Amino acid sequence: MSGFLALVRRDLQLAVRQGGDAALVIVFYLLAVLLFPFGVGPEPNVLARISTGVLWVTALLAALLSLDRLFVAEYEDGSLDQLTLLPMPLVMVVLAKTAAHWLLTGLPLTLIAPALAVILGMDAAGYPALVLALVLGTPTLSLIGGLGAALTLGARRAGALLALLVLPLYIPVLIFGVAAVDAATAGLAPAPHLAILGALLLAAIPLCPWATAAALRQALE
Amino acid sequence: MHRFANPARFQRIATAVLLWLAAATAVLLALGLFFALFDSPADYQQGESVRIMYIHVPAAWMALFVYSCIAAASAVALIWRHPLADIAARAASPIGAGFTFIALASGSLWGKPMWGTWWVWDARLTSMLILFFLYLGHIALSRAFDDPVRGARAAAILALAGFINVPIIKFSVDWWNTLHQPASILRLGGPSIDPSMLLPLFLMALGFTTFFVVVLLLRMKTELLAAKLRAVQLARLHPAAAAGR
Amino acid sequence: MSDGLSSFFAMGGYARFIWPAYALAALVLIGLLVVSLRQLRRTEADLAAQRGKRPETRP
Repeated sequence: MSGFLALVRRDLQLAVRQGGDAALVIVFYLLAVLLFPFGVGPEPNVLARISTGVLWVTALLAALLSLDRLFVAEYEDGSLDQLTLLPMPLVMVVLAKTAAHWLLTGLPLTLIAPALAVILGMDAAGYPALVLALVLGTPTLSLIGGLGAALTLGARRAGALLALLVLPLYIPVLIFGVAAVDAATAGLAPAPHLAILGALLLAAIPLCPWATAAALRQALE
Repeated sequence: MHRFANPARFQRIATAVLLWLAAATAVLLALGLFFALFDSPADYQQGESVRIMYIHVPAAWMALFVYSCIAAASAVALIWRHPLADIAARAASPIGAGFTFIALASGSLWGKPMWGTWWVWDARLTSMLILFFLYLGHIALSRAFDDPVRGARAAAILALAGFINVPIIKFSVDWWNTLHQPASILRLGGPSIDPSMLLPLFLMALGFTTFFVVVLLLRMKTELLAAKLRAVQLARLHPAAAAGR
Repeated sequence: MSDGLSSFFAMGGYARFIWPAYALAALVLIGLLVVSLRQLRRTEADLAAQRGKRPETRP
């Protein structure tokens, strides 16, 4: 457990020292969301109507941004196989790095989403559901994204390829995340959709790191 | 199983089998098309548009079948390192993508007159669209590396990770209220379709299957020859290294 | 007779859905076949060209 936390802390410290990642993701999220009033027009009804979808889709795209850096640094400087030599199982290493990734991307996205929902004029009834759905959904995005990152290590056009691989797998999270918020704004219960998001997360936690570890070992062969 | 791993032996078997399979494909599809377009009844509700079913349903079956084959080949490749498994998976995914596209497009052409819409975001259609993108991802990933083995292994992991989508597609019409109709053929209690419609359906499905095997064998032959080509080119450049093998 | 043929092609009014579906399927499948055959021929030719370039030491 202490090794797990140490690895998470190490990744967080590296990211803070390098400055870019979390801030970049948040700024991108802000910018991308703010593009929509410019593109679609400022009419409040229209913006409120699309707010759920906009917030979720741009969250997906923002989550993609820092994914290809999840393993690339270690891969390029050769320290990736040292990760396999750690006293932790590789699956736990992957889980730790994914947790750090979520703390740097998913969590900030979840925290500023309500502010953006206000800007887009989303019905206030949807805010709690939005935050809950993002809390449940963004870790899954990091987990699935980690698999994509490991599969595309060393590939040509890794960034675009990562998006092609990962976005289709994101669609279920998107569907239920939007459904939860839409249910809440319509006065219905978001709980069933949130439950499915929770189930997706529970399934992703053991399965994705396992597949990601297999992909990392392939990359090292 | 490794008896078939010898490339030269595979080439001989494939060449011998190809002509028969191609002939079978032609016969099956010709018969299937005859019954589909001429000698089967129109539906009492859907009229002549039901004839799209003879393209749409076999194509959708093939989309799932080919992906299952790829998943099986990927498992064999990762677990037993069988050399032909990687090649089979890589050769199959463009064919599967083609069938998925046919299923989606023909379904859309069938949906417009029947449901009044070209598309609807229900569970069945959405998961088939995801399947199409899984195929595209597999095609891209297996060709994205300079080292073909790395590409094959990465694609194998992707194929297995995406396999969860296949049962979702199959059971989506049961688990959710969908616009797409529930299962009417592969279900407990047997098919609920008239036999006069089952015949062209199965003929087309069989014809599509033999077509898949024909094209798969052609593509596998090409992959094996391309590997040999790379080896020959390498031997010309580094004769000492090649002779050491 | 021609009335039967034209009514066949009309497919009870659904012609503009049925025929594109069949045509699209034919296009995709024939396209797959043609492309795969061409790739095979080309690779066979490349391999034969490569082998013709140097003395045959071993197959």
